[in-house]
Amino acid sequence: MTVVERREIALVDLLDRLLAGGVVITGDITLRIADVDLVRIDLKALISSVNENVSSPFEPPRVRGLPPGEEGR
Amino acid sequence: MSGLRYVYAVSRPLGAPLQAELAGVGGAPAALLHHHGLVAVVSTVPEHDFAEGALRGNLEDLDWLAATARAHQGVIDALTCVTTPVPLRLATVFRDDSGVRAMIEAREDDFRRLLDRLDGRVEWGVKVYLDREPAEAAAPVAARPASGRDYLRGRRESAHRGEERWHTAETFATVLHDRLAHFAEDARLHPPQNARLSGESGRNVLNAAYLVGRSQSEAFVELVDRSKDETPGLRVELTGPWAAYSFAGEAPAGSAGEER
Repeated sequence: MTVVERREIALVDLLDRLLAGGVVITGDITLRIADVDLVRIDLKALISSVNENVSSPFEPPRVRGLPPGEEGR
Repeated sequence: MSGLRYVYAVSRPLGAPLQAELAGVGGAPAALLHHHGLVAVVSTVPEHDFAEGALRGNLEDLDWLAATARAHQGVIDALTCVTTPVPLRLATVFRDDSGVRAMIEAREDDFRRLLDRLDGRVEWGVKVYLDREPAEAAAPVAARPASGRDYLRGRRESAHRGEERWHTAETFATVLHDRLAHFAEDARLHPPQNARLSGESGRNVLNAAYLVGRSQSEAFVELVDRSKDETPGLRVELTGPWAAYSFAGEAPAGSAGEER
């Protein structure tokens, strides 16, 4: 498969562009907040939703004998 | 009519009709609003979703954000088939058509300048991933370290391998970026993606966008393809062609330098 043929666009690639790119125009109502907060908002939304559903592939291996939260010190 | 006007992009008048029954955010049909020789592509969105307070909450709802972003992209994609649009940022909303017209008038010169600059060009995304350390899989299943000293030596060697791999990846990404940026008309670096967000099984060391003429795109893609198998353990991923999102947020002509 060449990558060019891949049509399923990853949401993160899309958000890189839609939240950080594009012309920024102050609309009548919304962009006053959106302009400032969008990038932070998407990360927050994504991270919390990912954490609920999927475990990260980079979860550090748990050190035996330590309760969760205290490993990796 | 209790609805707001969502604006996707601004372009010059289309040479060919927009795809029939093109649906925008929330399924509402996308329409063209002509003004001062420019075209805004708009649709109606419900006020209860896009008023200031509601939007703030909605943007933190991943399903809502994903659906809105994909609908936005769907309209831009269809538009890109018939023209070179200047895409606007997600969730640019006006009260009504006259608000959109006033915006076009206020920014007319900026839009024309951007349209000239982007005309006939597309954006390609290139990412480089450093695959996960293959050590556990590749190394022979070592016997339990015979002593504390063996154990520490093993740890040191593993850390050293990690550093080397990282250094190789950085060098590769820098060389590749230089090569592609030299070929392209312009380049932008996005922050590396968090693996937790992308779900990719590797560490993102380059996340870049390149502005390339449509007629040069085939050669650009070949250039990227050729780099793919250069270095084991590194993965190159190409996305696109995109509308020139990453090159539309420019400071007005005359101010030099990159955005970040």
